[in-house]
Amino acid sequence: MQRGTRVLGLIAAVSIVASACGSTATPSAAAPTNSGTQPTAVTSTAPVATPAPSGLPLTDTTQYPRAQTLYTSGKQWGAPPTWNPFDPNMAMGVVGLQYETLFLYDPIKDVYTPWLASGGSWDSAKTTYTINVRQGVKWSDGTALTAADVAFSLNIYSNAALGSTFFTFVDKVVADGNNVVVTFKGTPAYQEFMSALYNDPIVPAAVWQQYAASPDILKFLNQSGVGSGPYAYKTAAQDRMVWVKNPNWWATSALGLSVAPTYIVDIVNSSNNVALGELLSGGLDLDNNYLPGIAQIVNGGYNVTTYYAGAPYMLSGNTAWLIPNTKKKPLDDPAFRRALAEAINPQNVVVKDYGNIVAAADPTGLLPVWSKYIDTAQTKTLGATFNTAKAISDLAAAGYKKGSDGFVTNKDGSAIKLNLEVPDGWSDWMEAETLIAADAKAAGININPTHPAYATVVDDRNGTATAAPTFDLVINNDVQIGNTPWTYYDYIFRQPEIAQGAARNRNYEQYDNKDAWTLVQKLDQTPTDDLADMKTIASALQKIQLTDEPVIPLWYNGEWSQVNNSVWTNWPSDKGNQVQPATWNGYWQMGAIYMLTNLKAVAPAS
Amino acid sequence: MRHYFTRKLFTYLLTFFVAATIDWLIPRLAPGDPVAILVTKTSGITPAAAAALYDYYNKLFGLNQPLPMQYLNFWNELLHGNLGLSIYGNGQPVMDMIMGAVPYTLALLVPAILLSWWAGNSFGALAARRKWLDNSVLPVGYILTATPYMWLALVLSFVLSFSFRIFPLSGGYGFNLEPTLSWLFFTDLVAHWVLPFLSLFLVMFGGWAIGMRNMIIYELESDYSRYLGALGAPQSLIRKYAFRNAMLPQITGLALQLGVIVAGALVTEIVFAYPGIGHLVFAAIQNEDYFLLQGIFLFIIIGVLVANFIVDIVYVLVDPRTRVAMRGGTE
Repeated sequence: MQRGTRVLGLIAAVSIVASACGSTATPSAAAPTNSGTQPTAVTSTAPVATPAPSGLPLTDTTQYPRAQTLYTSGKQWGAPPTWNPFDPNMAMGVVGLQYETLFLYDPIKDVYTPWLASGGSWDSAKTTYTINVRQGVKWSDGTALTAADVAFSLNIYSNAALGSTFFTFVDKVVADGNNVVVTFKGTPAYQEFMSALYNDPIVPAAVWQQYAASPDILKFLNQSGVGSGPYAYKTAAQDRMVWVKNPNWWATSALGLSVAPTYIVDIVNSSNNVALGELLSGGLDLDNNYLPGIAQIVNGGYNVTTYYAGAPYMLSGNTAWLIPNTKKKPLDDPAFRRALAEAINPQNVVVKDYGNIVAAADPTGLLPVWSKYIDTAQTKTLGATFNTAKAISDLAAAGYKKGSDGFVTNKDGSAIKLNLEVPDGWSDWMEAETLIAADAKAAGININPTHPAYATVVDDRNGTATAAPTFDLVINNDVQIGNTPWTYYDYIFRQPEIAQGAARNRNYEQYDNKDAWTLVQKLDQTPTDDLADMKTIASALQKIQLTDEPVIPLWYNGEWSQVNNSVWTNWPSDKGNQVQPATWNGYWQMGAIYMLTNLKAVAPAS
Repeated sequence: MRHYFTRKLFTYLLTFFVAATIDWLIPRLAPGDPVAILVTKTSGITPAAAAALYDYYNKLFGLNQPLPMQYLNFWNELLHGNLGLSIYGNGQPVMDMIMGAVPYTLALLVPAILLSWWAGNSFGALAARRKWLDNSVLPVGYILTATPYMWLALVLSFVLSFSFRIFPLSGGYGFNLEPTLSWLFFTDLVAHWVLPFLSLFLVMFGGWAIGMRNMIIYELESDYSRYLGALGAPQSLIRKYAFRNAMLPQITGLALQLGVIVAGALVTEIVFAYPGIGHLVFAAIQNEDYFLLQGIFLFIIIGVLVANFIVDIVYVLVDPRTRVAMRGGTE
């Protein structure tokens, strides 16, 4: 019996080895470089995987030396699903590490840096934009990146399967020598266009030609594809994505930049105890997850640091708002919403819930990177200031009388009970909602904090094709930092083209204000270097936001980032390298790529 | 005999059909739209892109068809050995995902269940006869079984991985390695396996030991044992009979555990970030992944049915009473 079970255990162990080897066999360094000829036609119903060369990688590159490897986590919530740079669910780093953009944008300094473009300029009338394509850039298969590739990549967005707005304002994208000329339909949407310049990936036309017009473009998984960036696909498994340095990266000769880690292993998010354990013990170098109590850990002698040495420890990444359903009584009444905003003390959430690792939001909710657009004088007179007494008197003045239970009632005398929903298991938000409910109670507003399953929250918030959203209040934080406050206001005020039901992804409050939407469009059509006009429009939008409170800004969620300094140092911080410390989608081209070129290995590479 | 097995087989097929139908239905009755969750994950895209993505996924997963049609598709695909595409996996075939996770779960659970069963039963039987063992080690078994498993696993992980760094904290194999047929990879695999295995073994061991000990005491006190004793049978013979009788419920228990083995050890796999089926179940539930969930549960249904079938056969072999009953019933 004993011998029997031992043998069984051994067989089981061997079977894992065999299966692990079999299922993740990947191209080794010696494998032929992937080219455009491999992928088959996109006709099957299942996503197309690029066939990986069979056989085992036999070289020693199957083990990554610690001193040359960067371990990250935080972006991926499941196995790396696709390496298609046009699929928003792509694996960590596909755009940024493997595919690059024409420009980088630095949100801290508000500067665009030419990247795959060597420059770009508007004509004097600002109706045509010319992109100068950088010369000497090579794809990882050795062919040159040309203006034709750039024009091809931007033209891909005419594919309806991608649902891009690019060609709603762009007329034509044409390669002209080493340049690409973009012409527009009417007034260019400057803000959106500049956003596209640093977000849209440039891909090799030779590989992507066959998918460009296909309705199944997203089915092309593009595993180990041909890119221009500092890293190339090494391997992937259910719990990891591994990138290996591209030794021929163009920026090394062109800009004198070199990424420090030879390997980047991005680990799929696991439970909090695992993430924390790995970070503290040095198994993880960079963690982009929310870890409660990080303030104590930073001061606990674990060699773990954050962007700021003290509160709020993190850069601000997005704004958390309380979203009211403006189609329901009494939340359809701006006076009620203003009183609600007045009643809530975000500082409470900052201190009691987050232990100071986030910051209270400005009443406008505009992120610190957009602080120059905040009309501070106006905010001072109109903004909510957390004043319970004022909330009570405002409610009374607006005609909401207190009932026998101490809570205000609707104007028709019916009871008010607002359900606030946050997803179950989101511990920080679950704590926040009880604090919010307590603040509201002090002002006589009855908020019932609930935490149903995430799927239920999404259902209630989005509604369905046939039924309107049923929620009263939810917390949301969907707008990340970026080049323009337009994204922020487009999210809040957008009117047309919002899918009804499950695919709804903005204006959840269903706020209906034509003037605000006109202003948002006007902001979009203001050149990004016309700061004065941008400020004027932003100020008008803030006025609407502050008086109507279609969404109630609460706090700035952190750009969660905690790093261990035992293997790599010289991390982003407010003291030195002021660059973004995150691996999430969109952050590499907002300067996080410099994090990799700045890193220094503690021990010399062995 | 043949009649007996034909009848059993028919029952199993019927059970499978009903269970598979329920398995298909239950996730779809839950509130929430899995594709909406998938699209919501991609915040920051334009409304048009969200709508396009929503359509794309609905078509990819066949969720744009009416429910009865989806049900027919399910059986059609299933009979072709196809479990569909995973929503959580962004369209990866469910079969591939399950097959990637099954080896880890089997390597973890088969040894843990069999070894703990063998060790627990041997120890329990011994403890029933040795006072000092009964008073010293058995209480430890009680404590182990009563300990919240999550806590035990966290303590093991904290002490042995974090504080003393004897075993790795998480994962199925090192994050610095790629799978190869090498000694290095094999030892690394074993090192990652030890803690999850140990935590499961300890808790299961306690359970089996207590069960066996109580059963043996019960059997030794029963009339047939006393009668044998009165007849002057040697103590070893009495114990042999007591042990045989006490084993029957333990065999059923073992079979049932082996039957649900493909469900994985959910908590273990979460605490140690071990890439087995339990991990997938958790992700499937969180993401309302109908296809992954129903695929895993199909495996569980088949596992339970097969285990039951084997128990039926084993009982015929180990319990003479079943043999007699069968002969009486069929001849």
